[in-house]
Amino acid sequence: MTKKINHFSEMTAGDDVRAPYRHYQSWFAGQDVNRLSRKAQEAEVFFRRTGITFNVYGQSDAEERLIPFDLVPRILSGAEWTKLSRGIEQRVRAINAFLHDIYNRQEILRAGIVPVELIAKNAAFLPQMMDFTPPGGVYTHIVGTDIVRTGEDDFYVLEDNARTPSGVSYMLENRETMLQMFPELFSKIKVQRVSDYPKNLRRSLEGSAPAGCTGRPCVVVLTPGIHNSAYYEHSFLADQMGVELVEGHDLRVIDGHIAMRTTRGYKVIDVIYRRVDDDFLDPLTFNPASMLGVPGIMDVYRAGNITITNAPGTGVADDKAIYSYVPEIIEFYTGEKAILKNVQTHRCSEPDTLKYVLDNLADLVVKEVHGSGGYGMLVGPAANKKELADFADKLRGNPANYIAQPTLSLSTVPILTDAGLAPRHVDLRPFALVSPNSINIVPGGLTRVALTEGSLVVNSSQGGGTKDTWVLES
Amino acid sequence: MLGKTAGGLFWMFRNLERAGNTARLIEAGFRIALTRSNDPESEWKSVIVTSASRPAYTAKHDGYDSARVTDFLLRDPDNPNSVLSVIKGARDNARLVRTALTTEVWMAVNETWMVLTKALKDPVPETDLPEVLSLIRQQSALVRGALHGTMLRNDIYDFSRLGNFIERMDSTARIIDVKYHALLPATSFVGSRMDNVQWEMILRSVSAHASFRWAVEGDYNAPNIASFLILDRRLPRSLAFCASQIVDHLTYLSDEYRDRPQSLDLAQDLNARLRDRDISSIFDEGLHEFLNAVIRDTNTLGLQIQQDYRFNA
Repeated sequence: MTKKINHFSEMTAGDDVRAPYRHYQSWFAGQDVNRLSRKAQEAEVFFRRTGITFNVYGQSDAEERLIPFDLVPRILSGAEWTKLSRGIEQRVRAINAFLHDIYNRQEILRAGIVPVELIAKNAAFLPQMMDFTPPGGVYTHIVGTDIVRTGEDDFYVLEDNARTPSGVSYMLENRETMLQMFPELFSKIKVQRVSDYPKNLRRSLEGSAPAGCTGRPCVVVLTPGIHNSAYYEHSFLADQMGVELVEGHDLRVIDGHIAMRTTRGYKVIDVIYRRVDDDFLDPLTFNPASMLGVPGIMDVYRAGNITITNAPGTGVADDKAIYSYVPEIIEFYTGEKAILKNVQTHRCSEPDTLKYVLDNLADLVVKEVHGSGGYGMLVGPAANKKELADFADKLRGNPANYIAQPTLSLSTVPILTDAGLAPRHVDLRPFALVSPNSINIVPGGLTRVALTEGSLVVNSSQGGGTKDTWVLES
Repeated sequence: MLGKTAGGLFWMFRNLERAGNTARLIEAGFRIALTRSNDPESEWKSVIVTSASRPAYTAKHDGYDSARVTDFLLRDPDNPNSVLSVIKGARDNARLVRTALTTEVWMAVNETWMVLTKALKDPVPETDLPEVLSLIRQQSALVRGALHGTMLRNDIYDFSRLGNFIERMDSTARIIDVKYHALLPATSFVGSRMDNVQWEMILRSVSAHASFRWAVEGDYNAPNIASFLILDRRLPRSLAFCASQIVDHLTYLSDEYRDRPQSLDLAQDLNARLRDRDISSIFDEGLHEFLNAVIRDTNTLGLQIQQDYRFNA
């Protein structure tokens, strides 16, 4: 059934071990697999007790789930990381320039590089953001770039999560767990730290405060509440930064500023790291039924008295149809060639392309333009005849809602099974922090791994797991 | 601190305290039913009445027996005061205020929730009851221990303790009131020799049966036991102890925040009513009237704290 493809193995090359994994391999060779399996169970108990869980919508009996954790690290050399982080930085810079442009002068549209209707018909585009520049000129302060690897030097960006990327708490907790379980390993192998992330995040958010803010900026994290699937992450980040975790009903507009209700009265805040979607941010401007946001926050925002991160309307850049133009976007704003490659993307809105996609459905991955979390997508090679036919109908019904990509031969990293190491496909989500003065990328990221043999689906909501990601000091 | 966080801490510890109290109450009822079988129905009824859940119980059940009462108080999701419900409430509140808790306190609450959810998954057979009840007490003690051992003595701690003692004060007052009247057909009986088993139940409900023997050099009689439970500041579940703790924590808050909230005045009034009193003056006033006033004022105090510190919008 599965086609025989030679996937790039990140650990082994023929009978050899690739350089970044050499020290780990020699350590592993001296380990007892049964003992490691017990360690893996300990880790699960630890995660469960710490409450490192995510909520699954619509499943009350399994309200909170663990994301399975695999204790074999994914290891990148310092040189590999340098290239990756340069590519991410370039991309993030271009995306911010693009967002500023389309909400102001729209030169890239006038130059005919990105089609006007991709913006005009884009549900994530907010007219309320036109002719307005957010404090410090930054739109997307926190970006999670999904990257896959197909060969020694072949890294592809799968998508840019410029809206509200999640998963950073797993990156940090995975490392913490590894440090607890295998302290001896870290004294042998020099791995770059990820633990500075919360400090850097706070610094970056403070650096994006409105110009009128005097003294140390007051930063908060805005969560939809304890029933949100990523609530654990929201509370974790607030805790690690040492800032308040607020909900919409803790906030209100007072004298043109946003203030939070404390035990000692209302206190003005300067920066909101919000994990609430645009639609729910301000019932006066967007969805009037929303109880999650703050009535009037958009007026305060446009008056320049609060920084909202990420800025409303940033989702335009998350769109998978826009994604296909990112190499051109990079060239347009930076004058450089893109360092990281894009996956070849077929825009189903174009009639010829649609025909091609329909004819080759069994070989392609088709995604909704605004989809996320692995929902609403088709993995052609893994689908049966009926699934293919059903999806073809959906495609014909609303072609502009879809893009298609070839199935990539994703690299593999071993996981621990009862029988020892076994290869599984992985992707990588590094996190970039953008402030008006700097871009900071923590060395590592969240490695997601498909736990089922041969599977290419790494999403946690679809049964994927995670691994600690090591970037070696070089 | 956010008003919401203060409220979350307050309710988290009220819930945990309530879980422990319910377990104590069931234990008391269970022991009596084991040792004295002539009228178990009325014993279990009095347990329900004491837990202030009679209307909710009678809406579901006709009679009172060990299996139905314990299941209602331990596991019933329709009973907002069942151990399972309040432990879930405590854990939800703990998630809400996660950033205000040390890792140890959070893990203790989370583990309590996991352990008790598992232990109360199915109806608890009588043979396992003592073990499960002890587990509930142990788990809530674990959370209190983590709080004492790891938390800064700041406003976070004060709101946690306030929730703890407001709940305990209410609970102790109810236990004395309900039990006392269940036992006394007429006020003329006050001071007469009471049924030891019944008094033991009152003392057991507040885990004070052994302390009483050590601390009080007197008989098991109404004035001695009522005095111990109401006025003795050595007993951590007495009304006087709870009131003085509430005053202390409101005073710390008032000092830290540099203002004097109305709740502190209310608490001091309540405390004054329990200071330098003897039990005969309370009996003269009328024990039931006295306790009812304490319950009502504790409730008012709780609401005033909620308002003074902006728990809700």
